[in-house]
Amino acid sequence: MRPEPTTTPAVPAPRGEDASIHNIGYRHYDGPRLGRSYARRSLLTQSLRGAYGLGRSAKSKVLPFVLLAVMVLPAGILVAVAAVTPGAKALEVQYTEYALMMQPVIGLYLASQAPQSVSRDLRFRTVPLYFSRPIERVDYVAAKYAAMASALFLFVTAPLVVMYVGALLVELDFGDQTTGFLQGLAGTAVFSVLHAGIGLVVSALTPRRGFGVAAVIAVLTIPYFAVTTVQVIAEAQGSGGAVAWLGLASPGSLMDGFQSAFLGAPTGFPGGHEPGTAVAAVYVLVILGLIAACWFALMGRYRKAGL
Amino acid sequence: MARPEDHYGRSVTVIATENLTKRFPRVTALDRLTMEITPGVTGLVGANGAGKSTLIKILLGLSPASEGTASVLGMDVATQGAGIRERVGYMPEHDCLPPDVSATEFVVHMARMAGLPATAARERTADTLRHVGLYEERYRPIGGYSTGMKQRVKLAQALVHDPRLVFLDEPTNGLDPVGRDDMLDLIRRIHSDFGISVLVTSHLLGELERTCDHVVVIDGGRLLRSSSTADFTQETTTLAVEVTDTDAHPDGTDALRTALAGAGLAVAGSGEGGLPGAGRVLLVEAADDTVYDTVRDTVAELGLGLVRMEQRRHRIAEVFKTADAADAAADAARTTGTTEKGGSTDAA
Repeated sequence: MRPEPTTTPAVPAPRGEDASIHNIGYRHYDGPRLGRSYARRSLLTQSLRGAYGLGRSAKSKVLPFVLLAVMVLPAGILVAVAAVTPGAKALEVQYTEYALMMQPVIGLYLASQAPQSVSRDLRFRTVPLYFSRPIERVDYVAAKYAAMASALFLFVTAPLVVMYVGALLVELDFGDQTTGFLQGLAGTAVFSVLHAGIGLVVSALTPRRGFGVAAVIAVLTIPYFAVTTVQVIAEAQGSGGAVAWLGLASPGSLMDGFQSAFLGAPTGFPGGHEPGTAVAAVYVLVILGLIAACWFALMGRYRKAGL
Repeated sequence: MARPEDHYGRSVTVIATENLTKRFPRVTALDRLTMEITPGVTGLVGANGAGKSTLIKILLGLSPASEGTASVLGMDVATQGAGIRERVGYMPEHDCLPPDVSATEFVVHMARMAGLPATAARERTADTLRHVGLYEERYRPIGGYSTGMKQRVKLAQALVHDPRLVFLDEPTNGLDPVGRDDMLDLIRRIHSDFGISVLVTSHLLGELERTCDHVVVIDGGRLLRSSSTADFTQETTTLAVEVTDTDAHPDGTDALRTALAGAGLAVAGSGEGGLPGAGRVLLVEAADDTVYDTVRDTVAELGLGLVRMEQRRHRIAEVFKTADAADAAADAARTTGTTEKGGSTDAA
């Protein structure tokens, strides 16, 4: 089909002596083509590295790492406090509480990185180049989603590791700490998948980067403050039973209720109203539903963005 | 239908479609399109909305056909899309480059997306960028590139995985005349030097005339004509000659016309009626190579400046000039220049 089939050893072209040594001509590629799953993995790696500015300009590394430092700093302080407090039984903040306590920082990180992960490809219309290659829409969305969730997971886990290692060094109870740490990891995993989905969907729907950043922050914070306010009012009005139900309405309070119901976390809800068994089940359904909704919204977004 | 075969008995059809139809809720983008494309550079011509992009989408296995079948490199578009996309390159018409990365980084990434291992991706990127004519600038962010350089990067990402076939969608869009010529030369080389078949779309017929071995014309989703460029254009060998005026010859064109007629050559007015300056172009019937010398010598004797002297072939555009689609168009392309030239002279 081509003038020099790659399968047959090509006779050296008679361009020999008089040709410039710099012109080595076109060479065909006979090596392996690793296909769809390799391309998906490569995209995941590239996106995950990109979420920390790796493989991008020096400037893009600043924000992720500054935020990461801000994220880890309180964990170091908690360990230091435990170290200087005689007879400390536990860290002042539990592993499961940490992510909720640090929500603004995590929100900033997500708002800065989710748009760069997805909006760039959409804004500069690079998406069709991906889809003209072996990977398909589902691969692209899966790789981007997994990369963002992993980046968030690492971001939230880093301080937990500091706390855990520190706690063991100051000789807090090994069993308690390990249980708490594992619960923290489980909570973080759910937190990361949920928030990565929300961050990506909001970014993908707002291709202008500046808007994307603002939109992600808005979606994460406004409902949270609204829910917290209404919860306080509900509690003050004596309808404490509504507090847990109200918690379903924002990603932050959703995680709070979920962790207190399943991972033994202390709740931040006013009046300490933890979700009961029935409400807890609804929490799980809502979280799963939100994640699924994010997935399908992303898939739908890229259906339009194809060639 | 008998498929063209090479001497090993393998089918050498690069693209084959059979009754390919694509219907959208409101329009029929492709209407029972049956064609075969052999290795080489093939031009796909059609007005906007003629179904070019729909066809490329189907051929990449990204959009199912409503009816009919199509195969690319012997693979069925309906079932082997991923296999096709592994061995096919695609250069979109629109901008598709992120401005904040360098050409090297971007093309390496795209090579890996096509399945090349990391080391091979880097080597092929360096090679490919050199072949498309990007050198030192490849380490700078793409945002600072000229349109011509961006087009080269777009082409490089389509070639980096050494495809057997590339789809180039309007590759000369937005280029200045020099950039356009460079790009057309590059497209020729993709086949002649790299051995990669090319399907190139354009709505500028003149470009395809110069670049393609074969031209497929679609209109309203239907095949209007598919034949070799030679069939379209080579029946007439006419020289287009344009000269300057001098003090001695205030109307250089007219002086040359008289002189050439005196030398026994058949000279007519321009066939490019309506265009500015069209009246200044003389068409000379070039029976054999000595005509070139005669024209050159005559111009020199008159002391005129020779602005251009080029083969003016029958243009593919003439396919569209006739009212009746396919048959009449075929006739038009075979008719000798006289009727067409006569008409244009009247217009001018």
